[in-house]
Amino acid sequence: MSDRGAPDFSNWSCPLPLQDYPTIVMGHGGGGKLGNELVEHLFLPAFRNPALENLGDAAVFELSPGRIAMSTDSFVVQPLFFPGGSIGELAVNGTVNDLAVSGAEPKFLSASFILEEGFPLAQLAAVVNAMAEAALKAGVRIVTGDTKVVERGHGDGCYINTAGVGVLRQGVKVGPNQAQVGDVVLVSGTIGDHGMAIMSVREGLEFESQIRSDCAALNGLIAEVLSAVGQSVHTMRDPTRGGLASTLNEIATASSVGVEVDEAKIPVRSEVQSACELLGLDPVYVANEGKAVFFVAPEAADRALEVLRGHEQGRDAARIGVVTAQHPRMLVARTAMGANRVIATQIGEQLPRIC
Amino acid sequence: MKYLNEFRDGEVAKRMAREIWQVATRPWKIMEICGGQTHSIIRNGIDQMLPPGIEMIHGPGCPVCVTPLALIDKALAIAAQPGVIFCSFGDMLRVPGTDADLFQIKGRGGDVRVVYSPLDAVELAVKNPDKQVVFFGVGFETTAPANAMSVHLAKRRGLKNFSLLVSHVLVPPAIEAIMSSPENQVQAFLAAGHVCSVMGYWEYPPLADQFEIPIVVTGFEPLDLLDGIRRAVIQLERGDHHVENAYDRIVTYAGNLEAQRLLAEVFEPTDRAWRGIGVIANSGWRLNEKYRDFDAETRFQITGIRTEESPLCKAGDVLRGAMKPAQCPAFGRECTPRHPLGATMVSSEGACAAYFNYGRFLSAEELANAGAAHV
Repeated sequence: MSDRGAPDFSNWSCPLPLQDYPTIVMGHGGGGKLGNELVEHLFLPAFRNPALENLGDAAVFELSPGRIAMSTDSFVVQPLFFPGGSIGELAVNGTVNDLAVSGAEPKFLSASFILEEGFPLAQLAAVVNAMAEAALKAGVRIVTGDTKVVERGHGDGCYINTAGVGVLRQGVKVGPNQAQVGDVVLVSGTIGDHGMAIMSVREGLEFESQIRSDCAALNGLIAEVLSAVGQSVHTMRDPTRGGLASTLNEIATASSVGVEVDEAKIPVRSEVQSACELLGLDPVYVANEGKAVFFVAPEAADRALEVLRGHEQGRDAARIGVVTAQHPRMLVARTAMGANRVIATQIGEQLPRIC
Repeated sequence: MKYLNEFRDGEVAKRMAREIWQVATRPWKIMEICGGQTHSIIRNGIDQMLPPGIEMIHGPGCPVCVTPLALIDKALAIAAQPGVIFCSFGDMLRVPGTDADLFQIKGRGGDVRVVYSPLDAVELAVKNPDKQVVFFGVGFETTAPANAMSVHLAKRRGLKNFSLLVSHVLVPPAIEAIMSSPENQVQAFLAAGHVCSVMGYWEYPPLADQFEIPIVVTGFEPLDLLDGIRRAVIQLERGDHHVENAYDRIVTYAGNLEAQRLLAEVFEPTDRAWRGIGVIANSGWRLNEKYRDFDAETRFQITGIRTEESPLCKAGDVLRGAMKPAQCPAFGRECTPRHPLGATMVSSEGACAAYFNYGRFLSAEELANAGAAHV
């Protein structure tokens, strides 16, 4: 497992009973005393809330009336710590964002850890605290969880799965198949930050970089947009793996419409663009963890953009394209030269080229 | 982004294109050597901006595409061996061998790693003394200095577990082969700017003289390409044929002398088979006597390789400029990036991949049926 990018843990003080074991041992997942200590001294203090504290086999809680959205996601990122975040923030924000772009208000999460024998407890504590902080910021509670330990060599330090539930907002009807001809496409900020932040610290890549992950919970930003123009928002998505290109392609396919973007209008930080140029990558395929795209009825687009730009997380929001009846199920970009090109979904991951 | 954005200005591009329309009075066929240029032309729609008679013919300058199938199969065989860490540029991983590609070898347990520089592979060899680390050193003159440096360093550090599977190819012999072919239609060349950043362009005047063709050293951004095409057309219209440098912010006449010294120290010229084209005399480099110990082909005696090219694949015709990708009967049907018949469909510099990925040569239905993005 790689420690690259990990913060300095030398000042971390371990809660007393955990001091005997500075690293994860098989016993931490064995259902015995060691596992209980981990819960009592690490997870409980970090995530503290009534539903978690009774430590039952299931969390029991009340939800406000309405339809429920549920989502799950697993997190296997390497390195575990990177500029702008860690697997902890990702695990909370990823599920929060999946609920938020579905039009739900995220409420409760579960968190399951698969830990590799030998994983430093100090790093686990840092991950757990990052999750707690992210949950607090997003206004969600982590109400149930699980820990398993796998033998050394059978994992990559720490994997996390989170699942979450949220309550759908009244009067909002969004979905990947709801985009309509004439809709305006908005993106909430610069693209490619997360993917390039990860690349820049990953083993083997040796360029100096100030690129930080954009990892963030989007439910606050989305709530403001929906409060302002909720009826006019047809589709929301967070362009994570596969980047903006894959997300827009998915929406074009699901809604059987064409999507047309103006390449020059897509916001990309210059350091991200430079890093992409250097590696032969296209930022439209690079992952984001704190961005959303909105398909909005044309009459509400200006207002939506104004709301986005008024929010701290949406300052760089931009109008990047429109939905058209032409070329259904295709994403077409207008280049700076005035020509058109198709932006297809990549078959697999982007591969850096030879020269 | 300095040195890039100013070469992507749409308004300036339109002005330059207008100038080409004004000077061109006859049809001309111009070959861009480099696959990176092909991609830039198609991606930016440069071909759509040109007068109808000015035809860009896409050249063989895609290192992944011209690497012989036998060598790819050899790479797959080495990568599959236990105790080997097989390092490659990312491009190479999806190139189909006879039975598999490097991704599949990795999936079956081979230790295949993408590196950004052959020097990273040398570091891996230092850190893993119990493993044999092999770097797949393909490419034109552009990538050769870094590959040369890797074996140079490995020798100096006395590494016994590093080797290079090398298949370097050279531009000038390719130009000679294309011009000497009876089917040739090319009337001018855009020389590959990055090759010339290493080698300079002192090798090209004799070719311009011998074949009476304009050769313009050209960059990769839209304005670079338009400028290269403009200069080539002006020469053609005047009946001139000399070498011009339209990429002088990077390229000098002499090139990078330090790199050339290193290349001479490590490599020697050799005949090379170009996939789809055939053997061209003295068209490549191999490790010379002093560095032969670092040659992976010597270190791993791989025998019994039986290669089989797809009979449907016309990559050779595409690489020689005799056929446009969209004219191939298999294009977008039997042959797609998901199920490629040849390397030209998967390499990020391959002409077929450029035609397919930027999609202007297929209908939505064809794209959907081809299983690219839209399934």
